Amino acid sequence: MNRLIFRKIVNGVMLFLTALCTLATVSVLFLILGYLVYNGGKSIDWNFLTKLPLPPGEVGGGMANAIVGSATMVGLAALIGLPVGFLGGIYLAEFGGKTFAFAVRYMADLLNGVPSIVIGIFAWGIAVKPMHGYSALAGAFALSLMLIPISLRTTEQFLLTVPRSLREGALALGAPKWRVISSVVVPAAMRGILTGMILGVARVAGECAPLLFTALNNNFWARRLTEPTAALPIMIYRRAIAPYDDWHRQAWAAGLVLIAMVLVTNIAARYLLSRGISVQKG
Amino acid sequence: MSAPAVVTKSARSRRIWYGLQTGDEVAHLVTFLFAACILLLTAFLVWELWVQSAESRAKFGFHFLFTSNWDPVSGDFGALPFIYGTVVTSVVALIISIPLGVGAAIFLAELAPPRLSSACTFLVELLAAIPSVIYGLLALFTLIPLMRSYGEPFLKKTLGFLPFFDGPAYGVGYLSAGMILAVMTFPFVIAISRESLMEVPRDQREAALALGATRWEATFLVVLPYARLGILGSIFLGLARALGETMAVTMVIGNDPAIHASLLAPGYTIASVIANEFAEAGSSLHTSALIEMGLVLFFVTIVVNALARLLVLATSRKGTAQSS
Repeated sequence: MNRLIFRKIVNGVMLFLTALCTLATVSVLFLILGYLVYNGGKSIDWNFLTKLPLPPGEVGGGMANAIVGSATMVGLAALIGLPVGFLGGIYLAEFGGKTFAFAVRYMADLLNGVPSIVIGIFAWGIAVKPMHGYSALAGAFALSLMLIPISLRTTEQFLLTVPRSLREGALALGAPKWRVISSVVVPAAMRGILTGMILGVARVAGECAPLLFTALNNNFWARRLTEPTAALPIMIYRRAIAPYDDWHRQAWAAGLVLIAMVLVTNIAARYLLSRGISVQKG
Repeated sequence: MSAPAVVTKSARSRRIWYGLQTGDEVAHLVTFLFAACILLLTAFLVWELWVQSAESRAKFGFHFLFTSNWDPVSGDFGALPFIYGTVVTSVVALIISIPLGVGAAIFLAELAPPRLSSACTFLVELLAAIPSVIYGLLALFTLIPLMRSYGEPFLKKTLGFLPFFDGPAYGVGYLSAGMILAVMTFPFVIAISRESLMEVPRDQREAALALGATRWEATFLVVLPYARLGILGSIFLGLARALGETMAVTMVIGNDPAIHASLLAPGYTIASVIANEFAEAGSSLHTSALIEMGLVLFFVTIVVNALARLLVLATSRKGTAQSS
């Protein structure tokens, strides 16, 4: 009898502990968000969004150039990375054989796991060293390298969820395969693919390490794509480790802008996806 | 689309001809080229790292990995303190994140009602979406001061007799870096452990419960062992992330290229030395040494990742085979 009571106590304690683990992990998110909103909210103002950075010691200024720089590089990266991954994903889902498709899939997963700093070195070797200068192009190239495997895998994943009967129906009507893919399969999976791609872009937009020595940084407007360019994550890093209070304030404001962007895209994308699935079911 | 076992030459060429006419072969070829891009890029990446690090490899050979001098001025480079720092911070991260992550995964997969479980999983996924530099920012201004004034003095008082908790409390160092890495790895551990726990067939649980096991016993003795490969895979994935994590660690590690037994001491990791010194490297040898460290990091994370993927692949195959 004692033994049974002991087992029941162990049961209760351990189950309670697992609940506690969950609580701890989830509360970390709220701690992070709360503290960031509190500090960032105190620091953000109109100047931050519209002015250029000021030299150390002077109070005020903003990060307009970093916001624009981030948008430029992420946009360029999306233009390069998403289509490449998309077409590759179509191959995997629709044409892929066995061995080669497996190799590509596995490589994409591995490339996805390569530390972003190593991607930065690679981009530096290709786009900075031969051109003798840091540039927005090099930064965008580094980011696009990170987008390709993400885009490829989401495209493949969502194409595979399209039911076989849809493909067969279109083929039976006499459409060639490419027609089936482009006007039946891809549209059916489009919502999922777009969601995955948006999530990928949001993830890449927060990356700092690959930009450190490709885009470098810039305290002024970058006039051309071949000039060093500021980006929000780099600004946060540089501002946070500097010993000036006003810079810390700006780092918090930049952090708030970045996290707001990342979280809003994440939540919106997931909401769209969940709605899309229920619509298709109903 | 089932091709006959023996395709005659004329039949095959006719099929290709038909494909060309309708455009299928073109679409096939184009998408194939883009898929092959991934393989080419990966090969190019390895080649680039290999070639760019040639100077350092030629000068230091394998000693590079086992010497601990890091002197950019006199041109003497050894990677040991950085390898040590990377390993130590990752191990600290895993020690914290494995119990937390697996515990939370058990709760989410076995106990929580479905709605709560999916809500919590969503929140944990958001945690994974937070950029690394934001973790660094928060750690720098919250975790570090807290560790300096409360956490580390407390550890010294209670466990100070161990060599791991020796020396002054700076706040920055291996322990703080490991803690922030733990927060960054447990979303991975939770998400994938939860999936592999949910793939354990219902009969297994029910059989254990029918034999009189308590809920915990059924989970711990039956479900966990069944899902062990997937859980191990999730831990490896977390490890791969921890090894390569750059920004957050760079901001809290303390940037000291030396080997310390104490976890409270400042250190350095491979990723953070590359982040800090690459753009300012004075000599080509310095750059080359940093790239060689990138190469080391690349191979280690590739191996860890490959293992993780294989483990996860193995469990998901087994799980689907059983349930169908």
